[in-house]
Amino acid sequence: MAGDLRQQVRQALAHPHLPAALTRFSEDYRSSRARAYEGIDFEALRSRIAEVKARAANRLDQLAEQFAGAASARGARVVRLHTAEDVRRYIADVAQRHGARLVVKSKSMATEEIHLNAALEAAGIEVRETDLGEWIVQLARQRPSHMVLPAIHLTRDDVAGLFSRETGERLEAEIPRLVQVAREQLREKFLRAEIGISGANIAVAETGSLVLCTNEGNARLVTTLPPVHIAVVGIEKLVERFEEIEPVLAALPRSATAQQITSYVSILTGPAENAGGGPKEMHIVLYDHRRIEMSEDPLFCQALQCIRCASCLNVCPVYRLVGGHVFGKVYTGAIGTVLTAWIEGWEASRGLEQLCIQCGACRDYCPAKIDLPELILEVRRRAAAAAPRPLAARAAFAVLSNRRAFHSLLRAASLVQKPLAEGPFLRHLPLFFTEAGKNRRLPALAGRPLRDRFPHLPQPRSERRVAFFAGCLIDFVYPEIGEAAVRVLNRAGIEVVFPEKQTCCGAPAHFSGLPDAAAANARDNAEAFSGAGYEAVISACPTCTAALCTDAPRALRQQGEHDLAGRAEHLAAKTVDFSTFIRRLVEEGALRLPAGANLPPLTYHDSCHLKRTLHAEQPPRQLLRGAGYELREMQESDVCCGMGGSYSLKLPEVSSAMLARKLRMIAATQAEGVALDCPGCLMQIRGGCAAADAPVRVHHTAEWLASLLEATD
Amino acid sequence: MVEKFRRSAEAAGAEVVESRAGAALAALARLLRDEGVGTQGRTAVWPDGPLQSAFHPGLLEQMLPGVVLDVTRDTAAAAYAGITEFDCGVAATGTLVQDASAAAQRLASTLPPLHIALLRADAIVSSLGDALRRFDPARMPFLALVTGPSRTADIERVLTIGVHGPRRLVVLLYEPEGRHGR
Repeated sequence: MAGDLRQQVRQALAHPHLPAALTRFSEDYRSSRARAYEGIDFEALRSRIAEVKARAANRLDQLAEQFAGAASARGARVVRLHTAEDVRRYIADVAQRHGARLVVKSKSMATEEIHLNAALEAAGIEVRETDLGEWIVQLARQRPSHMVLPAIHLTRDDVAGLFSRETGERLEAEIPRLVQVAREQLREKFLRAEIGISGANIAVAETGSLVLCTNEGNARLVTTLPPVHIAVVGIEKLVERFEEIEPVLAALPRSATAQQITSYVSILTGPAENAGGGPKEMHIVLYDHRRIEMSEDPLFCQALQCIRCASCLNVCPVYRLVGGHVFGKVYTGAIGTVLTAWIEGWEASRGLEQLCIQCGACRDYCPAKIDLPELILEVRRRAAAAAPRPLAARAAFAVLSNRRAFHSLLRAASLVQKPLAEGPFLRHLPLFFTEAGKNRRLPALAGRPLRDRFPHLPQPRSERRVAFFAGCLIDFVYPEIGEAAVRVLNRAGIEVVFPEKQTCCGAPAHFSGLPDAAAANARDNAEAFSGAGYEAVISACPTCTAALCTDAPRALRQQGEHDLAGRAEHLAAKTVDFSTFIRRLVEEGALRLPAGANLPPLTYHDSCHLKRTLHAEQPPRQLLRGAGYELREMQESDVCCGMGGSYSLKLPEVSSAMLARKLRMIAATQAEGVALDCPGCLMQIRGGCAAADAPVRVHHTAEWLASLLEATD
Repeated sequence: MVEKFRRSAEAAGAEVVESRAGAALAALARLLRDEGVGTQGRTAVWPDGPLQSAFHPGLLEQMLPGVVLDVTRDTAAAAYAGITEFDCGVAATGTLVQDASAAAQRLASTLPPLHIALLRADAIVSSLGDALRRFDPARMPFLALVTGPSRTADIERVLTIGVHGPRRLVVLLYEPEGRHGR
């Protein structure tokens, strides 16, 4: 399975058109979406949407009943169905009763989910998608690769080829002409079809209304021209009251297509008059495959809040490299990973969840405030629990949970690697790592880890003390970052202690979906830091900080260890990331940073955890500027560098592509140095610069600050 | 409000024409003439609405050659223009809102390549929410919101105006008979 996924990923990355098209789209999307949301308080809007949809998700069954009652009272035939087969059969029956030979469809993800078209075609009924993108992929006999832009993976030449085959006429790859051809071809179908099938963007329980949004006008024609209209609606589309349409309509076009509103919004409440006279025969299929079960799961019920805008696809640094055919099945991207797990099962989502690098961008943009990274992590946990763990992984995590064994192994490894090390980098890597090493030089393990150096650091005695949480990378690979942090803290008159029994923060286990190993780490750290005598616990790795502050207490509670969870919470309350703490010291007046001279211009890289989990992207910038550094902001400074912990080893091709982009952004600033606050990002970016022979120095903020202290000593 | 509506509608790709008080019919006639309706063999379909019913059908026939009041699938599909009357407009987005329960309204506003939307200048509200609150969905099976002409970006994300719906939307804002000044 893993091999198959990597093969698909490689093919997607090598595609001549796809990654470039999706990347251009993601760049345009960021700016055009920002323009569409000008003047709107996005946080307030999405809180409202989350509240409306969460309330609905809690009462899906009742709302479905209420909807059915209201719509039936208006003359619609409403039916609640639970399996794909039931829906296909229902629609086939309606078609047969009317002797229908031709069906026209407007966009409906629910009908994709049940594979409706194939079933109707097997029954001898011609089905025409009328949304242009959907029609194109129908002609290409492919799945849509994006929920809103289904044919984004195809070029105008591809479309010209498809339309030429369809019309029997040789067509040039000229877009206005191709659109005109689509208009003519489909117009004839609209006028001839006996049945129109649509989805719905929103369903209102109070009134029995359906809301359909399109830009093309095809939903209007699908619901107006044919004498029969069948709407297939997943029950997660339900909201309780008519007025609740407003916030969803405010967000959906803005997040989906960066518009204030789509060209057409049609609100249907029961059957309207038919084009030929007489009432239309209107069927509404409320589709409930697995939705009620999802709504009963305390974690996954929030996935029902989705308004199908596809923001999560548009801001995902991985999706834009591989596209929806790799990163999804019926539903794609982050939400697709979660829905696939429920709709098709945990097995089906196993490859998909591996693609998520957990950068958190999707969570920031979701207009329904769904914690997508957490849901994907839970999919990962359940998939890991369902499958037998491979021996190597079990061994690795057994070691990771045992502090003494882990640290002994690392010390031994640092000796073993000696023949392979060339200065600070590993020269040749064992086969397993070669893909990872292509665009990135990996660092050598430090000869003397931080924990060994600590007792010998010359520190002044002081009343004020903090404890330092090193984390694996700073302890064993970059001890100089720890030393720099200590020097800066000393300058503020603070003594730093290093509790020896500290171990891995638990993030690697947590992100691999192994909660018991993560809990073992959390236990060790809670005990190691249970001493008094320090006012704070400083961490210079935001992944560790986030793990200690949020995941560790939760992991212990989930294992039922409430006392230890209490101690972990105590530790969490005292834990601060390095730059936030230093800024506090500067504001207190305890630390005065000397203004340096002749400093190299820097650019700053935002680590995912520092910015999106800890919301601490300002302190490092303020400190560096305050110290006299010129900061040149790079484009996409907050887009993931591709490290993702073990991600860079599991999906090295994706990691490399993300790193390459980050290096291009850095080069464009012409800065001489990169500042960042995460040793993981540092490993990735410094390794990439070295492999590319880029003359850019990459250092932790602590090091850039500490170097000023030397200069002025 | 009118100014804001105009800016929003134009930003969404519509053309906005204002007519003087009481001169709606003349403005419509001029617009149709400019578009070749009634002269170049082109027709325009116009389903029932409050403005239309203010005039005698004989007068309409005289002033607006090429206008067809009997709106069917065939007449709408063959027409060059469709004229429909909207109940209100939204200044924030340039949106037109209509009770489009009568099929003729939808045929006229979707099938022909040119859509002429008639809107009273005093029927413009500020926000989408304001507009929705004016309508009771229980009373109308089809409530239509129209903003600009039809469009797509499904081929290489290149924006193309005019897919299944109209290629052009002209909004004719008019002051109803009997109002003094603007």
